[in-house]
Amino acid sequence: MRCGDFRETYIKDEEIFQSLFVKWCLGLFLLFLLIFPFVANAYLLYVANMIGFAVIAAIGLNILTGFTGQISLGHAAFAGVGGYTSAILVTKLGFSFWVALPCAGVMAAIAGLIIGIPSLRVKGLYLCIATLAAQFIFEFIFVHWESLTQGVRGLNVPPPRIGNFLINTEKRFYFLTLFVVLLAVVYARNLVRSRVGRAFVAIRDRDLAAEIIGINLFRYKLTAFAISSFYAGIAGALWVGFIRIVTPEHFPFHLSVQYLAMVIVGGMGSVMGSIFGAVFMTLIPELLNVLSSSLTSVFSGAAHFFIPFKEVVFGGLIVLFLIFEPRGLAEIWRRIKAFFLLWPFSY
Amino acid sequence: MDILLQVIVTGLATGGVYGLIALGFVLIYKATSILNLATGAFMTLGAFVCLTIITDAGAPFWAAFAGTLAFAFVLGLIIERLVLRQLIGEPIISVIMVTIGLAFMLQGITHIIWSPEYRSFPEIFPPEPLDLSFAIVPSGLLWGFVFAIIGTIIFILIFKYTRTGVAMRATANDQQAALSMGISVRWIFALSWSFGAIAAVIGGIVIGNISGISIYMGDIGLKVLAVIILGGLDSIGGAIIGGFIIGILENLTGLYIDPLVGGGAKAVAPFFILVIILMIRPYGLFGKKIIERV
Repeated sequence: MRCGDFRETYIKDEEIFQSLFVKWCLGLFLLFLLIFPFVANAYLLYVANMIGFAVIAAIGLNILTGFTGQISLGHAAFAGVGGYTSAILVTKLGFSFWVALPCAGVMAAIAGLIIGIPSLRVKGLYLCIATLAAQFIFEFIFVHWESLTQGVRGLNVPPPRIGNFLINTEKRFYFLTLFVVLLAVVYARNLVRSRVGRAFVAIRDRDLAAEIIGINLFRYKLTAFAISSFYAGIAGALWVGFIRIVTPEHFPFHLSVQYLAMVIVGGMGSVMGSIFGAVFMTLIPELLNVLSSSLTSVFSGAAHFFIPFKEVVFGGLIVLFLIFEPRGLAEIWRRIKAFFLLWPFSY
Repeated sequence: MDILLQVIVTGLATGGVYGLIALGFVLIYKATSILNLATGAFMTLGAFVCLTIITDAGAPFWAAFAGTLAFAFVLGLIIERLVLRQLIGEPIISVIMVTIGLAFMLQGITHIIWSPEYRSFPEIFPPEPLDLSFAIVPSGLLWGFVFAIIGTIIFILIFKYTRTGVAMRATANDQQAALSMGISVRWIFALSWSFGAIAAVIGGIVIGNISGISIYMGDIGLKVLAVIILGGLDSIGGAIIGGFIIGILENLTGLYIDPLVGGGAKAVAPFFILVIILMIRPYGLFGKKIIERV
């Protein structure tokens, strides 16, 4: 039985896989993720894909908000920039999806850089309002740049393909999503323990102190914005490829709040936490949907009651987590692990 | 009749209403340094409560108005006590997110209690528009303007002359000094939330009179962010003057820019203005210049 970790060097402390046991668990989990599409039905796979997109965006936002301490209330707009970029490149310029996907990320990163510029002058509350304004400005652009985005009618996008193999079912897309999610997680996990990641954390904890110890605020804040919106752009582009249509309604302010809620509920400053948060915040509405459809067969009035009820649950989760568990699901998970690790001699 | 003058007058009247809602933000921010993004939800809730008292209980408007104010007072106290007090000393992102969460909860609750259909307010004010000979002010906007001016003057007087008002200003200035002078900072925080809620529900009732009530009317609360940033987050007078400026600019955009881009610019103009103000003068016209540059 493992009773504790004894790390004697900093290198050991920074390791991602801290013991053989963890490696085994992760291996088993990966195996489960690979087997999952062969046993799940289309609905579950749809939900799994949605979770995947949410995980990517939430990790991106966590790099910005959780690690660098910069608030963004406009992340849906960055996802929208990514989604529209890929849709326009594929439909209007005939690019392949595989080229358009990274382009979408880059375009979103550029948008993020532009929005990030105010972060050099203002912070906290003011930055929050600036990104909120950016959200509405981008929504306006999506609706009104008709020649490019076709306004509210939106763009229809063909499914991605490899040769003649169309990735057009939930199951096929699942593997694509899984692959990108894994890349995103591995990159983020490594980023936050690198020099750049430590610079981010230093900026979050006290920006003036960070500048004094030689961190270039201008560079690192903008880097955080760029990486974070790159993630959002990739999530947006994947999502658009999955549902094969893009309209301005896919990227409302509500989605921005949802991403932030994932970061908060999952745990700020934890890659693992964003995964938890994304899974949790995607599953809760789906569970409520299932519940409502089964209740509707009993009480006919239940359906229109459930839409606002979802909002109440959504808002309530944000409020309750912030009050009672501000470090989120990641902290709960850590406590559970600690309990079993030391059981029966926990003290 | 000159169309430009007409647009400016309409903008002024709209701006008065914005100023009133902006007061809802400023009153809370001034004492507690919290930006309450649930202001829009307060507005909606207040408008529905007022409407229900009038239509279901058959009460006259003044009684319903008083009842709604009492409701807002209690709502502010409860929310401060149950939610915001737990978060004193937490990072700013938590506090902002909690108000957003509250906004969703309140909006959902409003939706559950009152269905989302659009309703119109019973006629409360005389419907004749005011003819200024060079421009016409619709009755709803006119009365909104009047309410806004009266509300602002009352709040300014409270802040200037009453004991509570002075205590609130003292708390805004320096919490520790206020505590040591025997001011109950907790009570002041709670009271600020009540005042903010009251200003917001008055805004909600006025807007309900102008353009009808729906559960989505709270969205205007986000637009008002431009007003408070322009006026300065902690300035009551700034809120009302910022309201006028944004109201006029918004209507001018509607007149000159909308035809160029095919509509919609009017709604998004406040956000463009917001970004520009944040770049040039983030503390606004009358705000305290304590913003930290990095």
